[in-house]
Amino acid sequence: MPLVDITNVRKSFGALEVLKGVSINVAKGDVVAIIGRSGSGKSTLLRCINGLETYQSGKIVADGIEVGAAKTDLRQLRRHVGMVFQQFNLFPHLTAAGNVMLAPTVVNKASKIEARKLAEEMLAKVGLSDKSDSYPSQLSGGQQQRVAIARALALRPKILLCDEITSALDPELVNEVLRVIEALAREGMTLMLVTHEMRFARDVGTKLVFMHNGLVHEEGHPKDLFAAPKTPELQQFIGAVG
Amino acid sequence: MTDFSLWVIVSNLLWAARWTVLLSLMAFVCGGIVGLFLLFLRTSNVRVLEILTKGYIEFFQGTPLLMQLFLLFFGVALFGVEISAWTAASLALTLWTSAFLCEIWRGCVDSIPKGQWEASSSVALNYVEQMRYVILPQAMRIAIAPTVGFSVQVIKGTALASIIGFVELTKAGTMLNNATFRPFLVYGLVGLIYFCLCYPLSWYARKLEGRLNAAR
Repeated sequence: MPLVDITNVRKSFGALEVLKGVSINVAKGDVVAIIGRSGSGKSTLLRCINGLETYQSGKIVADGIEVGAAKTDLRQLRRHVGMVFQQFNLFPHLTAAGNVMLAPTVVNKASKIEARKLAEEMLAKVGLSDKSDSYPSQLSGGQQQRVAIARALALRPKILLCDEITSALDPELVNEVLRVIEALAREGMTLMLVTHEMRFARDVGTKLVFMHNGLVHEEGHPKDLFAAPKTPELQQFIGAVG
Repeated sequence: MTDFSLWVIVSNLLWAARWTVLLSLMAFVCGGIVGLFLLFLRTSNVRVLEILTKGYIEFFQGTPLLMQLFLLFFGVALFGVEISAWTAASLALTLWTSAFLCEIWRGCVDSIPKGQWEASSSVALNYVEQMRYVILPQAMRIAIAPTVGFSVQVIKGTALASIIGFVELTKAGTMLNNATFRPFLVYGLVGLIYFCLCYPLSWYARKLEGRLNAAR
């Protein structure tokens, strides 16, 4: 049984249909890179998976929890499905450690000491052991994004959703974030990434999904798709982003 | 006719001013508590609650405070409930204050970027936890200056309680004027005492605002 099972999902914003029947399966340990032009519905799809957006029809099941059902336990879902955003969205009034500790203390009722230990561990994982007590405003964009990853990992999710997490970064800071993601992939973390980093998608991804006009236009192993794109749209897209 | 020395007038006014201060504090503290409660309903994204709180706020913002006082003091009496001037005044001022504070604070909550809501949702926090740990700590910083500024309005609002016979600063002034027939002196002093209560607050609110702008 797939870890994330997306079946024929449709989603509209008013009259505009952004997802027109999307189906994707994600197995445990998969690293799924979702690419496509802006407006093709990639981010919306990702946001539907952890319930930040609702969808009108179809079905999403993540780690056995049906998303969007009236009785969906969003809290339980979000403990299993972490998310990292393009704009980091760190809590500016909390330190790096404070950001990571918040969910474990509030949601999992961990003690301050346990949560602090967990935060140290997660920050070490993203290479920021020395920044525990820094506030977001004192950190570079790359460091902030790594704290955001540590924060998402603190609930020990089964799946991590990454929504264009390097798009807001200066070019020289992109790699430090990608290296963290790559290490997570090697550890066996299941990842779904909306990304514009084609090289990363090819080298680290185990599955590539090309979205076009609200549909999965082409999918397969990244190496195959990049070497021999079947549809003219993907050919053109790969040519354009090079 | 007894002769009132300046000292007698001043001491009587100051004595009555403590009721103004007490009524203001009461309205501000209780109004703050009710306002915070309303804020949770107002920003809950539950349509019914939002409409109800919005209606409440519109009522108290859109009608004169004096009318609200009359409604409570005389209106409630019609139902056979005796209500003291103090109770009526503090109740009316509390409700009025809560409506304004809720609306001021809602503006502050709205100014927190949407990403903060999304990030806190995605680490599994529920609405109350999001407010408590993520949104309010940030909104509070912004809210301090306008909240202190509004406290001036509360102090001045207490003057209306004089009309239903509650002896605070303004009512004491009226009584002293009736006895002395020296309106300029008496009301001049009344005004001066109000000013001494309010000015430090507006000054402080301005200072806080400046500090917040500098911190940006």
